[in-house]
Amino acid sequence: MNDSWGNICRPRQTQSNLNWRTDVLPVADKKLVVGNRRSYGDVCINDGGAIIDATGLNRFISFDRSTGIVRCEAGVTLWQVAKFAVPLGWFLPVTPGTGFVTVAGAVANDVHGKNHHVAGSFGCFVKKLQLRRSNGDELVCSETENTELFAATIGGLGLTGFISWVEFALKPIQHSMMAVDSVSYNSYEEFLALSSESEKTHEYCVSWIDCLDKSGRGVFFRGKHAEEGGLDADLEAAKRSVPALVGAGFPLVNQLSVYLFNATYMRAHAGNRQYTETIAKFFYPLDSLLNWNRIYGRKGFYQFQCVVPLENAEVLKEVFACISAANQGSFLSVLKTMGSIASPALLSFCRPGVTLAIDFPNRGKKTMQLLSTLEDLVMHAGGAIYPAKDATMSAATFEKSFPKLAEYIQYVDPAFTSSFWQRVNAK
Amino acid sequence: MKNLLILGATSGISQAYLNRVADRCEKIVLVARSAEKLQQLAEHASTISDASVTTLVFDLANAEEHGKLVSTVTETMGTIDCALVSYGQLTDQARCATDPAYAMEQFNLNGTSTVSLSLHLSNQLAKQGSGSLAVIGSVAGDRGRRSNYCYGAAKSAVESFLAGLRSDMQKHKVHVLTIKPGFVDTPMTSAFKKGALWASADKVASDIDRAITKKKSVLYTPWFWRYIMLIIKCIPEFIFKKLPL
Repeated sequence: MNDSWGNICRPRQTQSNLNWRTDVLPVADKKLVVGNRRSYGDVCINDGGAIIDATGLNRFISFDRSTGIVRCEAGVTLWQVAKFAVPLGWFLPVTPGTGFVTVAGAVANDVHGKNHHVAGSFGCFVKKLQLRRSNGDELVCSETENTELFAATIGGLGLTGFISWVEFALKPIQHSMMAVDSVSYNSYEEFLALSSESEKTHEYCVSWIDCLDKSGRGVFFRGKHAEEGGLDADLEAAKRSVPALVGAGFPLVNQLSVYLFNATYMRAHAGNRQYTETIAKFFYPLDSLLNWNRIYGRKGFYQFQCVVPLENAEVLKEVFACISAANQGSFLSVLKTMGSIASPALLSFCRPGVTLAIDFPNRGKKTMQLLSTLEDLVMHAGGAIYPAKDATMSAATFEKSFPKLAEYIQYVDPAFTSSFWQRVNAK
Repeated sequence: MKNLLILGATSGISQAYLNRVADRCEKIVLVARSAEKLQQLAEHASTISDASVTTLVFDLANAEEHGKLVSTVTETMGTIDCALVSYGQLTDQARCATDPAYAMEQFNLNGTSTVSLSLHLSNQLAKQGSGSLAVIGSVAGDRGRRSNYCYGAAKSAVESFLAGLRSDMQKHKVHVLTIKPGFVDTPMTSAFKKGALWASADKVASDIDRAITKKKSVLYTPWFWRYIMLIIKCIPEFIFKKLPL
């Protein structure tokens, strides 16, 4: 496993591993430390350079049971944290849609989750981290020490040095099940109305949208931690894996399969349903299907995630129209509104607005053209594109998406780089 | 299992096993060469479990001190409910041909010293009249192959020894488990290109956990190695010696 989650980069890079916090950082002038490589595009790729895999750093360091502050090594996954903390009455303050990401990866991409409207991004909960720079410095960074490096490292795409451990605050929970409410909707306007209404009552909101449907139908999910049941419920569901043979062959994603899947899914979630489900099912529905990226076959896939300000939210209708006209969408497009809680990060993708995430099977030029059209639409509307998902945005788009870029650049470690950075910092 | 002893605690398989069972333990003793790594591992174990965690810095290749080691462990934890012997090195076969001293040193580490340690541990378990001794062998111990017979021979010696020990320990109600992993993705094998036959340390650890609980005798992990090795063992020698295995 050398590529990122989208399987589109095919990098030539040397690889080594870190297994202990005290291991010496390999000497290389173009290096990048990575975790589980769940980013879709090229932020975790270093073509022509050295990749240092830190997934061996998977140990906890300390946990304060009264305050919920946990300190752990870079490569501990969010699922590892959840499995450890939930029985003790604590949960991740913020989690993206997969538990396979590492803690340092969550910091470096300043990830967000279904509770962004009330909690902000992962970076909002980071108390301290240790940064090891290529000049040998080992710096503890926080809101009070090395503050500039702290702000540059959160959302800093792993380029400010090697994050060896992270200390962050968990949040208390009383019960381990999730109480969920699903509501189907028939238009994008209905989605916006449902969002603003549900955000007042529900901690977690997300929606699935049928990107092939012109009117913008979909299903809205809103959830809370359950009010009964205790902390003993089973966390984990049985896992299945997509065979390697599928990944080596033709994509299973085509117009027919997407149409059938989306229609079936809409029917299954018609109307309004209330139920309880496990944390794993609610937050990480795709994690039970290991290697699901293989359904896109040998050529892999792109993911496009953007955010546009609420006042220009209409532009997403144009985005849907483009995708529908190009007949290129896939299953599971995700739509969510983001709140106004600011992240300490210099480069955070998170900002108030509506965010959309869509997968596109790699169909070569056609897909690149569509992505570039979507990029123009989003930038015109004053939006931004998410580096963790991206493999194609231009340097100009990156610069426009991140107003504090110039400030950030001063803190990039000169011996660190990535394919993403080579692309967007082409100066 | 209340009291767990891991010898070679910093290995990939040991760590994965510790992660699985730590929260079921009362006392944990971790033995390895590096004080620095043991410290990091002990912090981890103390965080994920309520057990009291003790570390002992010890070079397990040093068989003369095994007796002392086992008595120190016994003083620390009282009864040993489970001892996992999980240390060793992947021998560089090419180097063995030109450097017999290295070959013998490796044979001592992977073979002789493990036999010595197993003897000391089983004596203690026999005295208690309870407990499990789980030792990591290898599928490489099933037949000497051109590519790694120095490593294979050491593992083979350990496994023959354990087969006898297991039978001998019946009367003391001591369980002896021979663990035979195939290719496992750990720091020991980081230089290898990984393919379909490779398993994660966590998968192997979950198999070991089940085998210890169920008091199995010989564990191939993952399971398919039992059949792969069965085929390899059945190949007649006049063909086998020509195979580039």
